[in-house]
Amino acid sequence: MRPLERRPSLARAWVYSDNVDTDVIIPARYLTTTDAKELAAHALEDLDPQFAVSVKPGDVIVAGHNFGCGSSREHAPIALKGAGVGAVVASSFARIFFRNAINTGLPIVTCPAAAESIEDGNEIEVDLAGGKVRDVTQDLTFAAEPLPEFVMGLVRAGGLVPWVRARAAAGEVAAGPRGGVVS
Amino acid sequence: MAQTITEKILARHAGRSEVEPGEIVMCKVDLAMANDVTAPPAADAFARMGVEKVWDRHKVALVASHFVPAKDIATAKLMTRMRSFALEQEIEHFFEVGRGGIEHILLPEEALVLPGEVVIGADSHSCTYGALGCFSTGVGSTDLAGVLALGEIWLRVPESMKVTYTGTPGDWVMGKDLILSIIARIGDDGASYMAMEHTGPGLKHLSMESRLTLTNMAIEAGAKSGIVVPDALTLDYVKARQAENDRHRDFEVVASDGDAHYARELDVDMSAAEPMIAKPSLPSRSVPVSSVEKVKVDQVFIGSCTNARIEDLRMAAWVLGEERVAPTVRLMVIPATQRVWLQANHEGLLDLFSRAGASVSTPTCGACLGAHMGVVGAGEVCVSTSNRNYVGRMGDPTAKVYLANPAVAMAAAVAGEIVHPADVRPDAPARAEALVG
Repeated sequence: MRPLERRPSLARAWVYSDNVDTDVIIPARYLTTTDAKELAAHALEDLDPQFAVSVKPGDVIVAGHNFGCGSSREHAPIALKGAGVGAVVASSFARIFFRNAINTGLPIVTCPAAAESIEDGNEIEVDLAGGKVRDVTQDLTFAAEPLPEFVMGLVRAGGLVPWVRARAAAGEVAAGPRGGVVS
Repeated sequence: MAQTITEKILARHAGRSEVEPGEIVMCKVDLAMANDVTAPPAADAFARMGVEKVWDRHKVALVASHFVPAKDIATAKLMTRMRSFALEQEIEHFFEVGRGGIEHILLPEEALVLPGEVVIGADSHSCTYGALGCFSTGVGSTDLAGVLALGEIWLRVPESMKVTYTGTPGDWVMGKDLILSIIARIGDDGASYMAMEHTGPGLKHLSMESRLTLTNMAIEAGAKSGIVVPDALTLDYVKARQAENDRHRDFEVVASDGDAHYARELDVDMSAAEPMIAKPSLPSRSVPVSSVEKVKVDQVFIGSCTNARIEDLRMAAWVLGEERVAPTVRLMVIPATQRVWLQANHEGLLDLFSRAGASVSTPTCGACLGAHMGVVGAGEVCVSTSNRNYVGRMGDPTAKVYLANPAVAMAAAVAGEIVHPADVRPDAPARAEALVG
């Protein structure tokens, strides 16, 4: 017999505006380490000093357009993941941050309707597999934009590192004329 | 099908006759670059990929630029990690302190990036190289590690935005002012995921330095890449760098088809352009400097991958003339590379700056990212020739950073407040003499 169905743990929404850049996600003064816990202690501190001290595992960042713009520092998604962020829901993501989040395993969800509607402190559930964002406080559910099929393949492979490892093991290194469409 | 320069370059590197925006292709890479912040995590990710040697040790550049010279033990560790990776992998192009500088100014100088190539850099301003007519974009450390292992990378073919320049730029107008005004028009994500292609009859009036500034700040509009279609000036520049370095590699000059499709087109009449300044804390908050109320300034920074080439230092020196730095201002001048430093020294510019009361340092990204060599304090106002004025970018989060070209920056250093350069130096330099050295 199955134990009692556990209700998915509810996460708090931390709501921010457009153009949350990687300098405020993790300022350059902390780029002297790549340790996730050390970085997490300073996540978003120049934007919201309360965030790093109060964030709970699974909490969700909700933001507007161009989340993660600026520097290519992978320390940014690593800091958020290290802080326990369950997902970032935004109207749009800057492209380098998008790639870095996929590569470091920080769940990201593009969902403009959710980003516009959710208010700071609301209770949120993010269903990554189903592509849904639920605002429990307002009793609203939003459909996320799906990731490109190729990117889903990277996620299914466990990220870029195992994906590259598999290709390299299969001898797929760019020595000769090769390449072509992959999706 | 008609293709843009970007589509053609990506197609050729994907072994295809053509590609379409939106599709994802695997592209072979001609040069992979990382710096002292991004190379150590890339080396770690590379080790986890189960590959012993980088795909081609001649096609990798590792550049000590950000926390250099090391400012403390932690940053010394970043350097030693990058150095040990470079030595163990026998990386041909490893640039240590004293032999390099800021990567985005260094690699074109070294003839390591050429027209028609695909360049992938673990630094967001890797879009700079596009000024030479190559496809170039920034990625994070894990993506870079993938390139080191495989020699190729997955790329979504970007839509292109065409920016057409006409007219002749007026006095004091540099590449910085053109790109700041474009970002003000389209917004901080106005070119999101796109290739920003710069073209048109006015381009012939823009030096390679100014073009490199145009492509450098493509990322500040969210673009994937910036690119300038090569012309005679590009080829003269590239050939001169190849001869200077005795580094000769074949390259291909690619141009857009006349009827290629663009997602968006913008026209820029350079004769109407003015010196601009980006107010805190976004590059899109750029306005003509003449429209800004006088703002007292605590620090001026002339440096970074955006504006620390010889043209920039000559312009700053012209504005300075025989004046002195205002007693209420700290002026930091950081030439971008060893070559720029030597040239500026040869021309007497470093002497001029130093005698006027400026701090002149060895090449480093330094103050641009609040790393060291000019971190800005609480509540201070800084005018900077760099590319980002985000909250906390240059130091304390309560500091206010304004972005401008080197003439505007030096004018602020002399006046002690934000002014038009003509308020400090009435006569603008003759373009040919001051801007193209």
